[in-house]
Amino acid sequence: MDHIGLEIPKGTIFGFLGPNGAGKTTTIRLLLGLLEPTEGHAEVLGFESRTEADNIRTHCGALLEHPGIYERLSAEENLEFYGRIWQLPSADRQNRIRELLTHLDLWDRRKETAGTWSRGMKQKLAVARALLHRPSLIFLDEPTAGLDPVAAAALREDLATLVASEGLTVFLTTHNLAEAERLCDAVAVIRRGRILAVGPPGELGTKNAAPRVEVFGRGFSGEMIALLRSREEVASAELYNHRVIIQLNRTVNVAPLVTLMVGAGAEIEEVRKGNPSLEEVFLTLMEEER
Amino acid sequence: MMTDIGTVFWKEQKELLSQKGTRGRLGVLMFVLVFGIFLPLEMGRSWIESPMVLLYWVWVPLFLVSTVIADAFAGERERHTLETLLASRLPDRAILLGKMFGGIGYSWGLTLLSLVLGLVTVNLTHGDGTMLMFSPLVGLAILVLSLLGAGLAAGTGVVVSLRASTVRQAQQTLSVSILMLLFVPVLGAQALPLRWKVSLVQLFAEMGVTTSVIGAIFALVLVNLGLFLWALARFKRARLILD
Repeated sequence: MDHIGLEIPKGTIFGFLGPNGAGKTTTIRLLLGLLEPTEGHAEVLGFESRTEADNIRTHCGALLEHPGIYERLSAEENLEFYGRIWQLPSADRQNRIRELLTHLDLWDRRKETAGTWSRGMKQKLAVARALLHRPSLIFLDEPTAGLDPVAAAALREDLATLVASEGLTVFLTTHNLAEAERLCDAVAVIRRGRILAVGPPGELGTKNAAPRVEVFGRGFSGEMIALLRSREEVASAELYNHRVIIQLNRTVNVAPLVTLMVGAGAEIEEVRKGNPSLEEVFLTLMEEER
Repeated sequence: MMTDIGTVFWKEQKELLSQKGTRGRLGVLMFVLVFGIFLPLEMGRSWIESPMVLLYWVWVPLFLVSTVIADAFAGERERHTLETLLASRLPDRAILLGKMFGGIGYSWGLTLLSLVLGLVTVNLTHGDGTMLMFSPLVGLAILVLSLLGAGLAAGTGVVVSLRASTVRQAQQTLSVSILMLLFVPVLGAQALPLRWKVSLVQLFAEMGVTTSVIGAIFALVLVNLGLFLWALARFKRARLILD
């Protein structure tokens, strides 16, 4: 990690985005006090990560790179073990296990050995384990990685409802940008241990990538695209069948561009002006960094 | 702290009792049958009366622990459960002691089971109407030495397992370590000059069984304590994750 500075407000879902090897997992390990930084400091829930790591781990939940499920034990025994670790009183422990497993549709299968379960079910069980002691902050390290789209969507849905109902602060690392866009209140993009951008997913686009215009219609030609590219406010223009995507250098009135296209023989059906998606912002940032 | 140690101990017992397949369970059963029925039948009353049986009861738990303790940390690392455990609120000592006691509890439990079964066997087959029982000194020595023997193997196993990347690697290193622990003193004694050997034999003869047992207990306590401190010094969360 290279001098990253972040402040995460209570009660938000914060996404930490980056490609493989960017330093996402290392950041979680540092914040949980599992690794010691060579310099600098981090405060989690008011506790210093170097000197008060035990307090951090007491008040946080974590779903790390691997689900960390004991495969020889049943689902219920897995939760029983972690419930005992967090010293939940017996009755409360049983109620909480029932509540979480019921919410995650796993209650009827609680006696089964966890090793026989699918990856998606194990990941759900790991979510239950991370939430078991009602932590005020949870770290989720790529929770949907390796899941099929259906299992990933189901887990995302469960996570969203559980987090909302429990009023948690979530630190979520992912390289699934759609997931981040859907779940997170704010995101940071990281590469090679450095933060490239921070902000709400919607605002990140306006700050870090140029606005764009999508034009749908017929009669687009190569000459027309060349004309568009020659304009100083146009960064790029690409033709895809009945659609032209124009990336702008800055926010401008697009009417002159539309007039130009009509003048060049285009029959325009629709013009969409907007900011790039999080994925486009992410790719732009990665490209700039390279 | 005691509650935390108890929690890890509880999980270790659960895992140990569920890890063995049919073959593993048969192996444990065979072991209990050999030390609880076969050997007592063969040796008769001397199974109870000879002080030499002490050697068996130090070796039995030591062997039993060594079959499971390599899994303590290397197994968790191999099955990707270690980092989640380390990210919990458990203190280092609770994890370490819970795992050591887990191995000791399992092996000492089986040792006691074999011991009781052996007593029943000898009483049934070689009894003379009165209850045959170990002398108080031998009985107490068996209980303490077997516990310390289990502790010796558990301490060595945990030290090895902390840094091993796989269970197999830990198992191999542990086997060599235990062989060295057992054979280095024996081979070392044989290498001594004849005069020294005679003096040693005389010393043990003069000490008698009671003093020898107390000496052995004292030595094992020191070694167990040393192994625990060594394991504690090796227990660094960052190293455990990155290894």
